[in-house]
Amino acid sequence: MVKIKNPRDLESLRVKIQRERKKIHSTIIMCGGTGCQASQSLAVIDAVKNQIARQGLQKNVHVRATGCHGFCEQGPIMVIEPENLFYCHVSAKDAQEIVSKTLLKGEIIERLLYVDPVTGKKIRTEAEIPFYKNQDRQLLACSKLVDPKSIDDYIAIGGYEALAQTLMGITPEEVIEEVRASGLRGRGGGGFPTGRKWFECWEAPGDEKYVICNADEGDPGAYMDRCLLEANPHLVIEGMMIGAWAVGARQGYIYVRHEYPLAVRHARYAIHQMREYGLLGDNILGSSFSFDIEVARGGGAFVCGESTALMASIEGKVGEPRPKDIHTVKEGLWDKPTVLNNVETWANVPSIMLKGSKWFASKGTKGSKGTKIFALTGQVRNTGLVEVAMGTTLNEIVFTIGGGSKTGKAVKAAQTGGPSGGCLPVSKFDLPVDFDALTKAGSMMGSGGMVVMDEGTCMVDVAKYFLTFLQDESCGKCVPCRLGVDRMLEIVTDITEGNGRPEHVGLLEELAETVREGSLCALGKTAPNPVLSTLHYFFDEYVAHIEKKRCPAGVCKSLISYTIDPEKCEGCGICIRACPHNAVKGEKKKTHIINLLECRKCGICIAECKFDAIMAG
Amino acid sequence: MSTTSLNVVLKGRRSQPHQLIEVLQDIQDLYGYIPADAMKTVAQELGVPLIEVYRVACFYKAFSLKPRGEHVITVCTGTACHVRGSTLLLDQIQGQLRIQPGHTTDDGLFTLECVNCVGACALGPIIAHNGMYEHHMTPGKLRKIIGDVYVTKKEESHHG
Repeated sequence: MVKIKNPRDLESLRVKIQRERKKIHSTIIMCGGTGCQASQSLAVIDAVKNQIARQGLQKNVHVRATGCHGFCEQGPIMVIEPENLFYCHVSAKDAQEIVSKTLLKGEIIERLLYVDPVTGKKIRTEAEIPFYKNQDRQLLACSKLVDPKSIDDYIAIGGYEALAQTLMGITPEEVIEEVRASGLRGRGGGGFPTGRKWFECWEAPGDEKYVICNADEGDPGAYMDRCLLEANPHLVIEGMMIGAWAVGARQGYIYVRHEYPLAVRHARYAIHQMREYGLLGDNILGSSFSFDIEVARGGGAFVCGESTALMASIEGKVGEPRPKDIHTVKEGLWDKPTVLNNVETWANVPSIMLKGSKWFASKGTKGSKGTKIFALTGQVRNTGLVEVAMGTTLNEIVFTIGGGSKTGKAVKAAQTGGPSGGCLPVSKFDLPVDFDALTKAGSMMGSGGMVVMDEGTCMVDVAKYFLTFLQDESCGKCVPCRLGVDRMLEIVTDITEGNGRPEHVGLLEELAETVREGSLCALGKTAPNPVLSTLHYFFDEYVAHIEKKRCPAGVCKSLISYTIDPEKCEGCGICIRACPHNAVKGEKKKTHIINLLECRKCGICIAECKFDAIMAG
Repeated sequence: MSTTSLNVVLKGRRSQPHQLIEVLQDIQDLYGYIPADAMKTVAQELGVPLIEVYRVACFYKAFSLKPRGEHVITVCTGTACHVRGSTLLLDQIQGQLRIQPGHTTDDGLFTLECVNCVGACALGPIIAHNGMYEHHMTPGKLRKIIGDVYVTKKEESHHG
């Protein structure tokens, strides 16, 4: 294995790889992210490679298995370059046709093209698809260009150039100043200015310092960091190395949750390849900078996304937060000065160094610069990863890029910021999404989870969902969070079960205040947000539950009963077979009936009925 | 429990207390749970008090102190899966297998678990069947998955 000893070696390796790649006529880019893998994309990759070998096209056609392209709903996704042809829902059976028709004859296979759900038209290229067209994909665009298991792919697109330039003549102070000037703020949700964090760590006394990449991503409904780390681990590591140079750290950790096995594997493999090239270790690229990285797996605890709990977890301890009167930039991991940034924050660093802080700051709003990746999910047509400039409105994200409601029911709200955030109603969808505007409206941008909810979602149930989550995940160290959230959950459960009383609302608000004021860590302090935001924007739903004992969305089981509409029921028997409690009776071709004594209101019959004949209300 | 495989897990990690979570992860992968004896060995070899090993093993969701079933069904209960009906999936399994999350059927065939998010939110609701993701899950599909396991098991015992 050749060692890259200095920037010249890196440059000549880059030129060599690029020269070899010029011989390739076509590249088949196949998504191998967690989402597409669940849709069997690996079988497609094997089948395509097989077909290419059979036709003897290996020299001219390159098959690249990449990380997530972001449009997971359409998976497995294939893009053929240079034509930028976009095929979706590809299966292994299609491989032979793709090679013999599209690659050899240039014919397009119509049935694999994406159909725009709004216009009903088929779209040929990826660039024309509204989901992609309306984004500003600075970070995500790279994912398509590299195989996460190939450091050569990353070097070919200019990888480690920013690191080389930094090590060869930019002082730590200058790096910190550049990051500060860019206006980059922490992407994990806190929004702390990255440059300031680095500066504080840089000036902290001590020779032993650490950098950490937070890839714990515990917010349910968010998976931007998983995709970035899975798809382009070298980008994240390069950012970490520049940060380590700036603050004077020699050791870094990537803390990944164990629920992301592919991200763990790719990060470890990337580190292995870097060691082989000599890009980790002593005197990297011939400079005075020495650095190494380890991957630490999380144990599935939401609280470990909090910086001090995460550091305790890396130390092999129970992940409990500690008071932050002394900041982690002064006393962090093993009580040494530590910079902890989120995956997306680190991933932004190389391009800030290469293209300059002015370029970065040209995107976004006054207080929030650059782009942000969102995980758009829930009841929306186009689910997936969306990268837009900060300040893009919720309307643009949910309706223009997301294509609006998936179910035909009207969109009611968007939940942002995970369990620390809140639910914003459609009337607030003209708000620009950035660190400040959403916080003012009672939610927060958070790390980027965005769950769209329609009229079929009960907002009191959503509040109960998050309280259940938080009660389960509270580390239990401090009383306000451990018991406060517990009591809030009891009250909200009472409301959803028809035992709500008018005074409950005041009690909830009072408890929320106590939890917010009294909890130790940021996760506890923000725990009441889902309740407070739903109380604020969807108060009428609480009133319906408390006073009328009714759940308008038809979700809360104690307040609804199931009936079969005789007009719609065709007597097909599907619901009879589907019901796990044998509550549906009836003869073939005759209207079925539900025995309310047996019915547990599990909703399975509604999900299975093809005629929309079963109603909950 | 074989001591050789435990030795492999501990190799290069002895007397390093900070390796505790990584070691427990590997033991969980190896046996499907954390056996009590393994905890004792780990405590000795890493130099961590046994109570601390037990505390860490209890704190993190990744670790199970009880053996798990042959088929582990993990239901994602993340927000995106929740609004797309993951509770229906839980109802289906609980109704069909008569077990609560975190428990194993008496025959040792199934364990039901919940996970807060597997990060494949766009394809929800998601379940993992022995670690393999199954997307856009419905109660009907889930019932078939569970039913098929019983059918295969029956055939095996019939032939074997």
